[in-house]
Amino acid sequence: MELTSLLNTFLGKVIISVAGVMVVFTFNALIAVWLERKISGHIQLRLGPMEVGPHGLLQSAADGLKLICKEIITPQGVDKKLFGVAPYMVFFPSLLMFIVIPFSDRLQVQDLNIGLLYFFSISCIATIGIFMAGWASNNKYSLMGAVRSIAQSIAYEIPIILSILNIVVLTQSLKLSEIVKAQSNMWFIIPQFVPFIIYLISAIAELNRTPFDIPEAESELVAGFHTEYSGMRFAIFFMAEYTNMFLVSAMATTLFLGGWNGPLLPPIVWFFIKTYAIVFIIIWVRWTFPRLRPDQLMNFCWKFLTPLALINLLVTTFILKLF
Amino acid sequence: MEEMKDIRQDFYVNMGPQHPSTHGVLRIVLRVEGEKVISSETVLGYAHRGVEKMAESKTYVQMMPVMDRFDYVSSMLYEWAYVGAMERALGIAPPERAEFIRVIMGELNRMASHFLWVGAFLLDLGAFTPFLWVFDARERILDMFEEVTGQRMTNNYFKVGGVHYDITSEFMKMLNDFLKMIHERMQDVEVLIESIIFLERVKDLGFITKEDVLNYGLSGPVARGSGVFIDTRKTEPYSVYDRINFEIPLGTRGDCYDRYRVRMQEILQSAKIIEQAVEMLPEGPYTEKAPKIVKLPEGEYYFAVESARGLLGVYLLSDGSTKPYRFKLRVPSFANLSIIDKLLPGNKISDVVAILGSIDIVVPEIDR
Repeated sequence: MELTSLLNTFLGKVIISVAGVMVVFTFNALIAVWLERKISGHIQLRLGPMEVGPHGLLQSAADGLKLICKEIITPQGVDKKLFGVAPYMVFFPSLLMFIVIPFSDRLQVQDLNIGLLYFFSISCIATIGIFMAGWASNNKYSLMGAVRSIAQSIAYEIPIILSILNIVVLTQSLKLSEIVKAQSNMWFIIPQFVPFIIYLISAIAELNRTPFDIPEAESELVAGFHTEYSGMRFAIFFMAEYTNMFLVSAMATTLFLGGWNGPLLPPIVWFFIKTYAIVFIIIWVRWTFPRLRPDQLMNFCWKFLTPLALINLLVTTFILKLF
Repeated sequence: MEEMKDIRQDFYVNMGPQHPSTHGVLRIVLRVEGEKVISSETVLGYAHRGVEKMAESKTYVQMMPVMDRFDYVSSMLYEWAYVGAMERALGIAPPERAEFIRVIMGELNRMASHFLWVGAFLLDLGAFTPFLWVFDARERILDMFEEVTGQRMTNNYFKVGGVHYDITSEFMKMLNDFLKMIHERMQDVEVLIESIIFLERVKDLGFITKEDVLNYGLSGPVARGSGVFIDTRKTEPYSVYDRINFEIPLGTRGDCYDRYRVRMQEILQSAKIIEQAVEMLPEGPYTEKAPKIVKLPEGEYYFAVESARGLLGVYLLSDGSTKPYRFKLRVPSFANLSIIDKLLPGNKISDVVAILGSIDIVVPEIDR
């Protein structure tokens, strides 16, 4: 009795939400890392982790434990405050972004009116964290990685926003639950296929993953902005990366693949199936293509993706006005 | 405006000796302006062991295993050059069978080396998967080496007058399986590699003109990528290469893509050579009777083979004792690397690794 009344208070909701988000966060980080290693393994004619747990399922947990146990090294000459804060600046935005994700018709931490706007504004903060990491590291490779990261983020925010504007125009709402409900008859991927592709490409670029992984290009910049990081601080960057991968996939599901809509299975299962399908595509792309050069990346964004997204938006609004 | 000019926009980036894509302990000091390279300076010597001097205090036979350790990815070809120089000095001709075994092993090693190069090149460009796809094929070659020589990389297989062991029936079975799968595997790899991103990255990058090839003394796939016909196997045929029918793939433009194409085609040409050598492989002894203690007559001896990276020459100056008076190698990587400081300026940092990768260097060979 007391417990239920506690749960109904605002504080209770906050506690449950934080716990829930942390569970999804940890679960996803473990599963996504394992998936990446398994999928990459099978793409590369090998098996991937097999030793720890059945088919290496516990490998990520073991790796995480190892990283937690390692000494936190602060190299000489770094800006200690920035260096320590930077990983959390990358990490917390990805936690905050969970708030608006509609996992099912009832499971959503806070259904904000401006959910879509909130999601993409918070995602920009992580770039500041990356720049802090690169700047504070006192390493030329890190700095170059950070500079590349800024240029890339600014460039690829624009096609992302332009492509999701199509959805906003169609639904006339920034509320994610309404966007999902609007897709109960037809997923937006069917009328809006081009924006979906633009979104996916830009999202991979936002994630700094191959073929757009220029900020951490390991063969050029050693490890880019996190060259000097090790132990738990590195693990936080790493977890943030995989969480962001889940988040952009979840957003793609919500905006284009009908969110939790689907027959037979419960909504939350549909949501996770679709999200991990997108995660699979992102992993697949990573292990297939080489990396673009920074200037090619910029050209591709400014000269191809952005105009294409603009034209698409124009066409969408025009057709909507006609009918 | 005057004040602006005083602010230096350029800075130095020390690429190497500890860097993932300098292929060992090569160091390149880059002067960059943002992402653009203004000038570069290559610093050598981090893997220098003084092996050429060391050779003067070792007997000819003792030097044999050391030959494997210059270019550890095509070690048999190094043994071949050294053994060839000694055989020329002693006037020993190895038996037919040994010559064909040498051709088979040498070409297999060239393939293994090119496979490694393709993988490492794509790794430099940021693609991980081709590396393991070609390593699967390379692994089969190394297994074959292990079957015959007992070693996977530093084989120590050649000797004066022939080879140490005869090839086994198990080896022939593995070789046939390998030759059957190689064409299909190469097609798969090509489909995987030649995505539009790869073509964008490597085409029109790092042009080497024909004049540059001659001026810098380049050889191997780097020279042939620019369309220069330099291949010791054709121009100065040694062993039984004059009896084998094969082509020398040539590039036309001399960019990174041409160098990549040349190496990919050379893998298939090597397969063609091996197929013919297996067919022509005669019965008979695999080694000639040769003196246990090698003593070269007084004089200068030189023998050159086409290594996986280019012209490889071994020069021996003998004073008639069991040890060389002077031992000198003409290594392809060293000459090929010399053009890097001309190619890099004006390119982006990302292209530095692509150009360096396309030249295919092995640092222990350069530093000796």
